[in-house]
Amino acid sequence: MSRTPLDTVDNAAATPDVELPWAELGLKKDEYERVVEILGRRPTGAELAMYSVMWSEHCSYKSSKVHLRQFGEKAPQSDAMLVGIGENAGVVDVGQGYAVTFKVESHNHPSYVEPYQGAATGVGGIVRDIIAMGARPVAVVDPLRFGAADHPDTKRVLPGVVAGIGGYGNCLGLPNIGGEVVFDACYQGNPLVNAGAIGVMRHEDIHLAKASGAGNKVILYGARTGGDGIGGASILASETFDDAKPSKRPAVQVGDPFQEKLLIECTLEAFQEKLVVGIQDLGAAGLSCATSELASNGSGGMRVTLDDVPLRDSTLSPEEILMSESQERMCAVVEPEKVDRFLEICEKWDVIATVIGEVTDGDRLEIFWHGGKIVDVDPRTVAHDGPVYERPYARPDWQDALQADDANKLPRPATAEELREQVLKLVASPNQASKKWITSQYDHFVQGNTVLAQPEDSGMIRVDEETGLGVAIATDGNGRYAKLDPYTGAQLALAEAYRNVATTGAKPLAVSDCLNFGSPEDPAVMWQFAEAVRGLADGCLQLGTPVTGGNVSLYNQTGEAAIHPTPVVAVLGVIDDVARRTPVAFQEEGQLLYLLGDTSEEFGGSAWSQVVHDHLGGLPPKVDLERERLLAEILISASRDGMIDSAHDLSDGGLIQAVVESALLGEKGARLIVPDGLDAFTFLLSESAGRALVAVPRSEELRFTDMCGARGLPATRIGVVDGDSVDIQGEFTLSLAELREAHENTIPALLA
Amino acid sequence: MTARIGVVTFPGSLDDRDTRRAITLAGAEPVALWHKDKDLKQVDAVVLPGGFSYGDYLRAGAISRFSPVMESVIGQAKAGLPVLGICNGFQVLTEAHLLPGGMLGNDHLHFICRDQKLRVENAGTAWTGDYRQGQEIHIPLKNMDGRYVADEYTLDKLEAEGRVVFRYLDVNPNGSLRDIAGITNEAGNVVGLMPHPEHAVEPLIGTGRTDGLPFFTSILKKLVNA
Repeated sequence: MSRTPLDTVDNAAATPDVELPWAELGLKKDEYERVVEILGRRPTGAELAMYSVMWSEHCSYKSSKVHLRQFGEKAPQSDAMLVGIGENAGVVDVGQGYAVTFKVESHNHPSYVEPYQGAATGVGGIVRDIIAMGARPVAVVDPLRFGAADHPDTKRVLPGVVAGIGGYGNCLGLPNIGGEVVFDACYQGNPLVNAGAIGVMRHEDIHLAKASGAGNKVILYGARTGGDGIGGASILASETFDDAKPSKRPAVQVGDPFQEKLLIECTLEAFQEKLVVGIQDLGAAGLSCATSELASNGSGGMRVTLDDVPLRDSTLSPEEILMSESQERMCAVVEPEKVDRFLEICEKWDVIATVIGEVTDGDRLEIFWHGGKIVDVDPRTVAHDGPVYERPYARPDWQDALQADDANKLPRPATAEELREQVLKLVASPNQASKKWITSQYDHFVQGNTVLAQPEDSGMIRVDEETGLGVAIATDGNGRYAKLDPYTGAQLALAEAYRNVATTGAKPLAVSDCLNFGSPEDPAVMWQFAEAVRGLADGCLQLGTPVTGGNVSLYNQTGEAAIHPTPVVAVLGVIDDVARRTPVAFQEEGQLLYLLGDTSEEFGGSAWSQVVHDHLGGLPPKVDLERERLLAEILISASRDGMIDSAHDLSDGGLIQAVVESALLGEKGARLIVPDGLDAFTFLLSESAGRALVAVPRSEELRFTDMCGARGLPATRIGVVDGDSVDIQGEFTLSLAELREAHENTIPALLA
Repeated sequence: MTARIGVVTFPGSLDDRDTRRAITLAGAEPVALWHKDKDLKQVDAVVLPGGFSYGDYLRAGAISRFSPVMESVIGQAKAGLPVLGICNGFQVLTEAHLLPGGMLGNDHLHFICRDQKLRVENAGTAWTGDYRQGQEIHIPLKNMDGRYVADEYTLDKLEAEGRVVFRYLDVNPNGSLRDIAGITNEAGNVVGLMPHPEHAVEPLIGTGRTDGLPFFTSILKKLVNA
């Protein structure tokens, strides 16, 4: 970028004809013209840098905004919501004076370019969002999607991503309690690395990103600013990868978890002493984002002296300083008389802190460099008035053919022996196999409050040691279902996460989402997006769980090939006493197995159709959200009143997958009888939604079945916990040893 | 009376709060100690907790060993103050030469988090009195650099003097020589181990076992009866 002489505001006004590299910075022509119109002159280089990153797809949601509004318009009434969409993360009341903040974000593109750092800084970014709300981070979750498990590049990307998540999260002292790992060829060049985090605070500690009170100081603290991640937001996250373009490695940031750990402790100490008026983390778009958002959310303006920003590299230009995405930095607004104490706390933790500006009376964001004014903008035009696109969308012409290619008509196993082989193949397939090799690289125990962690249905953290109050979180998504029908697919993801939270005994409260799609410039992709958002918003309204925030990741495509539409949904729940939680593992021999819900022939998008036939077609399972709600109520009541000792949600892989997992985790087998009216194949492998497997102590059977009967939930006794094999009576038997070998050896054999 | 047990917080310590909780659950009084502070606040024993002190970007524990608090810990440990080093704390103790040998990266090159089976080989130290000799216990393990190494002479000496306190059973999770999970000094007041007893003190939390609690009750009994 040309910058001699210094491109000040005055200089820009005097030289209207200077051409700026707006296209190289990712702006479209009409967007650049809009900037000129807003300013009434050409922007300075620094202003262009700010607008270009803040108006990028990643920061401005320009393609998705018109659809995302539904989350607000259709939001269900909820007393639990304390802070909604638009802040760094949503905040939910969980009772007893506690509030919980949680959010899921994507770090997809960087993780493909540089798996370790891409994934590591994804964790770092989401954790800073949590701190910025005033909360202590208490757990992380990681929904991950990769290309085919046996593709050579998966062996490059996956181990790097997993090591990066572990390397960063473990070093921060955050237990990793959930997430998913899914393989599908559609993610080959576009792995999805989503990262979620939960934080806990008292109600009175909620902080917001706003700068108010003229004269208050703006303090930048944390790492020095370097040349890493420059233009990451605009170039990396907002354009489709193309083989012909040069390597994008320099645009990926590098993380330092130790610095972030200090940042957490130092920020929480400053909160505790009530030193902070407003706070914002520096993530995508760095200082451009932090200053413009803080200023535009507050009552006044802001003046910043860029020369005061501590640098790692003294040759950085002011544009680069504004765009840098160096990690582990935060920006706080502090009253003048509290600045000394704030700086003292930073010093205690060896964190560099510098006053870089102050809140002003006006409504302008002014930034100075070497005495010259290089930015003079209305911060709202940078942060909130980005372009909004009504992208054209249209149902793809192949959708009908895809749905007509009915998976229910695929050849089914003809004999019990063939069914046995297919079940064994299924539980050993990469998507259904144990992910222990991956999750054992994450710390589950740190902080000493982990009640449940993967492979449980939801992760659960104790919030209060005295009362046992806890929170649970589950993340789910199924790109195959969403490809067949994005509206239903998004609702299935919601239903599964909702069910997973209830299965462990917690009451679902609120939703965060990470919407991963291809290029919004493709009308077919845009239709998938619009349908998924509509489905999710409708579903959340019906279940009474508001969306509190989330993230959209577009341009997940290489050339013409987009990923499956992949809405990932996180549901947060609360449990009054974690002692009442229900685990997945079978606990005691002799307990009765009940299948809750209805099973019909639903194989579209199923694991069986993928593993046995390499097929994707037909319709996904039907969704009945009223049934999901009833099932959840039964699971929560049964958990609270001690009527069930283990429970497992039924989803991909169907009943047999749930039985195998519960058996292997509990080291106890099961004898099952195919119920009247079902064939063994459908019984074991259908993926009908709204179902769960529960183990009921004999002494509780009557009470439990009475409750289900009274509430109108179908409950079918299908067997008993027993022995050291999974025995489908009259069909086949699989020993636990054989199942364990099949289920647990796949991932290490592919990746270790 | 009860005992006051100090827990040091280095920058990057992660399990300091958990360790203080474990001490409370055992009935003793936890005292927070700060790495920049030489003052040990007259505690009766010290725990160096797990974590990645100073980021562990150099050798694990190599920088912490030179912190002001460690000057006092080293001096007093030599005079008999009971000291327990857990994971990163164990690494600090070897770097400080309070315990022999050192830790290298896990042989499989990955971070490992698992419920680890151990055998108590020495129930006579300040921190293991509440275990039975030969008792088999499960304690969570989580580390990147947990491979215990020392020269043959040192290993033979440790074995001969009964100073191997814990040994990994069933699985050696990191390639530690002779399956060593924890050791003690000649006097038996300083103990270091890689697994995390503070994560196994409550029936509902973590692995759901309480096999780690005796560490903290052992030291309490020893101090109160002294």
